[in-house]
Amino acid sequence: MLKRPHYITLGLVVALTLVVLNLPGQTTARLKLAIGSLFLPLFGLANSTQQAVGAAGDAVLPRRELVKQNELLRQEEQRLRLQALQAQEIAGENARLRQLVGWRAQVPWKLKLAKVVLREPANWWRSVQIDLGSRDGLQVNLPVLTTDGLVGRIASVSLTRSQVVLLGDPNCRVSARVENEARDLGVIGASGPLAAQLVGLDYLSPGANLKPAQRVVTSGEGGIFPKGIPIGVIVDVQPVDYGSRYEARVRLAANLSALEEVWVMFP
Amino acid sequence: MNWLNTAFVLGAAFLAVFWEASFGGVRYLVGAQVDLLPPLMVYAALSTGITTVTLLAVCAGLWFDSLSANPLGVTVLPLFAVGLAIHLKRGLILRDQPFAQAVLGLAASVVVPALTLLVLLTMGRSPLFGWGTLWQFVVLCVGGAIATPIWFELFGWLQRALVHRRAPEASFRLDREIRRGRR
Repeated sequence: MLKRPHYITLGLVVALTLVVLNLPGQTTARLKLAIGSLFLPLFGLANSTQQAVGAAGDAVLPRRELVKQNELLRQEEQRLRLQALQAQEIAGENARLRQLVGWRAQVPWKLKLAKVVLREPANWWRSVQIDLGSRDGLQVNLPVLTTDGLVGRIASVSLTRSQVVLLGDPNCRVSARVENEARDLGVIGASGPLAAQLVGLDYLSPGANLKPAQRVVTSGEGGIFPKGIPIGVIVDVQPVDYGSRYEARVRLAANLSALEEVWVMFP
Repeated sequence: MNWLNTAFVLGAAFLAVFWEASFGGVRYLVGAQVDLLPPLMVYAALSTGITTVTLLAVCAGLWFDSLSANPLGVTVLPLFAVGLAIHLKRGLILRDQPFAQAVLGLAASVVVPALTLLVLLTMGRSPLFGWGTLWQFVVLCVGGAIATPIWFELFGWLQRALVHRRAPEASFRLDREIRRGRR
C-alpha cells in the first residue's frame, strides 16, 4: 500500500516532470545542454583513450605496411589531381555557359570536418552529436554529409557540441529528386526501427517511372539542403493508397551505423 | 552507509548513460541499444530506500534525455513508476535470488521503454515505431535480464570492499556471567 511519504514523492516527481515537459522550447534546450555538459569530462577521457589506443596501433604497424600505404596514397593523390584538373575545366565551362544563359553562378560548398562524439541512446530516434558548436559558427538546419552522401541536418547547437538528426528520423525530411528521365520528385521520410540504411521516398506522382538502382539526390527545394547531394539508390517501388501515388525504398549512400567523421556544410 | 550506497547508484547511472550514448556496438550487432537504467532501478528499488529510488529516477532520466533526442524529462516518470512499484512489493520478492532479479530486470526493461513511448505518443511526437520495435523489445528484455544480476553482484562486491561492516555482537555479557565456586 502507498504510505504518506510515497504519496509525497510521487506527487513531487509528477509535478517536476510536468513542469520540465511544459517549459518553453528554448529553456528546455538550454537546460538539456547544461545537463549534457556534465558528461564533458567523460568525453575527454574517452577521446584520449581512443587516441592512446590509436597511437599504440600506429606504433606496432610494420614499416613495410606503411611504405605500401604511402605508395597507394601517392597513386590516389595523382589520380585525384588529374580529376581535379578535369573538374576545374568543366567548372569553368559551366560558369561561362551560366553567364551566357544569364543564370546565377553556383557557389562552391564550404565545409568543416566534425567528429561524432555520441550516438542516440534511445532506440526510437536517429541522431548523433558532433564536436562542433556555436563557437565554430554552426547554426540550426545546416546540412551534414560524408564523402558518400547526405547524413542529416543540425537540430540543436550548444557552445561546443551539436545534435544532428539523421536521415530516417521522423524529424528529418528531405525533398529529393530521382535521377531518371522524368526527374521525379519525392520526400525522404522515416525509416523502420531496425533498417537504418533503408528510408522511404514518399509523395511520388502516380506516373513516376522508377526502377531499382536509380540514384536519388537532394532536389534543392525546401531551403535547407542544396541540390545535387547524393542520398542513395532506389531498392524497390510499390503503389500505395490504391495506386494514387508511389512509394519507394531508398538504400542510403552514407553508412549511418558507422559514422565517425562528418562534414558540416555552410551556406 | 546509506548515502554511500546512493552515491554508488547515481555514479553507476551516470556511467551507464554515458556508455549507452558512446558505444553503439550492441546496436550495430543486434539492431537495438540495451538500456541499463531499468535493471539499475530494480537494484535500487529492492536494496535502497524511496529517496534513492526518486533520486535515481530524476537524475538518470534527465541525464538520459539530455543526451538523447527525447524531450527533457520524458524518461523520469516511467523509471520512477517501475521503481516505486517494485519498492512497494519488495517484501514479497526474494531479492537475493538471481532468477528473481533476472525476471524483474526483464519486466522493467519492457515496461520503462513502453511507458516512455506511450508518453511520447501522448505528447504528439512521432518516434520510430513499427514491427521492428518488437525485436528491439526482445533485445531490451534479454539485456535487462542479464544486466540485473550483474548490477546486484557489482554492488554487493562494492559494499563488501568499501563499506565498513559492523562486528557481530558477542553473546557474552558481564551481568550474565555465571561465577562458579565459593565467594
